[in-house]
Amino acid sequence: MQIKVVRDVLDANKAVAEAMRRDYAAAGLFVLNVMSSPGSGKTTLLQKTLAALAGRLRIAVIVGDICTTNDAERLSKSADVPVVQICTDAFGGDCHLAAHVVREAAAGLPLQDLDLLIVENVGNLVCPAEFDIGEDRRAVVLSVTEGEDKPLKYPLMFQVCDVALLSKVDLLPHLDFNMKLCRQAIQDVHPGMRVLEVSAKSGQGMDEWFGWILKQVAAKKQ
Amino acid sequence: MHEMGIALQLIRVVQESLPPGETLRVKSIRLRLGKLTAVVPASLRMCLEMAGKGTVAEGAELEFEEVPVVLSCRDCRAETIVERPPFVCGTCGGAKVDITAGREMVVESLEVEEIPPTAVPCEEKSDAD
Repeated sequence: MQIKVVRDVLDANKAVAEAMRRDYAAAGLFVLNVMSSPGSGKTTLLQKTLAALAGRLRIAVIVGDICTTNDAERLSKSADVPVVQICTDAFGGDCHLAAHVVREAAAGLPLQDLDLLIVENVGNLVCPAEFDIGEDRRAVVLSVTEGEDKPLKYPLMFQVCDVALLSKVDLLPHLDFNMKLCRQAIQDVHPGMRVLEVSAKSGQGMDEWFGWILKQVAAKKQ
Repeated sequence: MHEMGIALQLIRVVQESLPPGETLRVKSIRLRLGKLTAVVPASLRMCLEMAGKGTVAEGAELEFEEVPVVLSCRDCRAETIVERPPFVCGTCGGAKVDITAGREMVVESLEVEEIPPTAVPCEEKSDAD
């Protein structure tokens, strides 16, 4: 006997994410999901972002890792903003943040009094791409030490994200990284994708990144 | 690897799809899986086997129906099936495309059978199990 079902496997996650999105919209809060492989420089990038924008926006950060609270401590030192660390080993060592986990972490934050919520996802170019966490926009960070063909190897991640940050560009003189090939690989999997070349260390391209965030926050308020 | 999380969600969908009050065994689960999803079929099978123990999905086979990546061109409105990047229109070569298929992860149907009531005394005892 056959039973017809036709149901999305991840519908429970999507329902939670949609409910969160409604709450964030009601609060006029812009939510950014930042994803990358481990070691791409997400946390350093966000430290500089907090230091630059904390005086202009009311910001909070949720940071996901499998273990340790190191990232939360680093981010807390950058600016006086609330930082919530999620360690997914309490959730079975998950390699990504699911919607209900972010909802729990956000429960203690004053959402009504915030302009920007940044979620630093678990370092992983595969799994986080599959899970909606109620965000408005997604950013993927790819460091120039990782190889220019990563977008072709992880097409879903680059497809679901709105902006790609090519980080650590201060290292380019020491590498054989082919920027043109990398940009082409990104356009191959996500035609028209916005690409920013940044260095959190030298500051190169960071103003453009801050400008992108400010524009998104302003658009959400309207 | 997030296949375990997906397997747990899959089991939940199966449980909620069975009519209440009936003793049914799920023989197979038909899953439509887009080529652009980040799911490894063999890993999902293994996770379902492990996580399904003691649930209605115990022993259920997982059958995959692969869904190709389909692009729809905003300029010429043609549809293109793509095997791999670049994701551009196959008709006009344009890059203004929307991905209209390839991200599916949908339980299509279940093949079930009734479990014979074991409480009923049976003279011709089955040698199964």
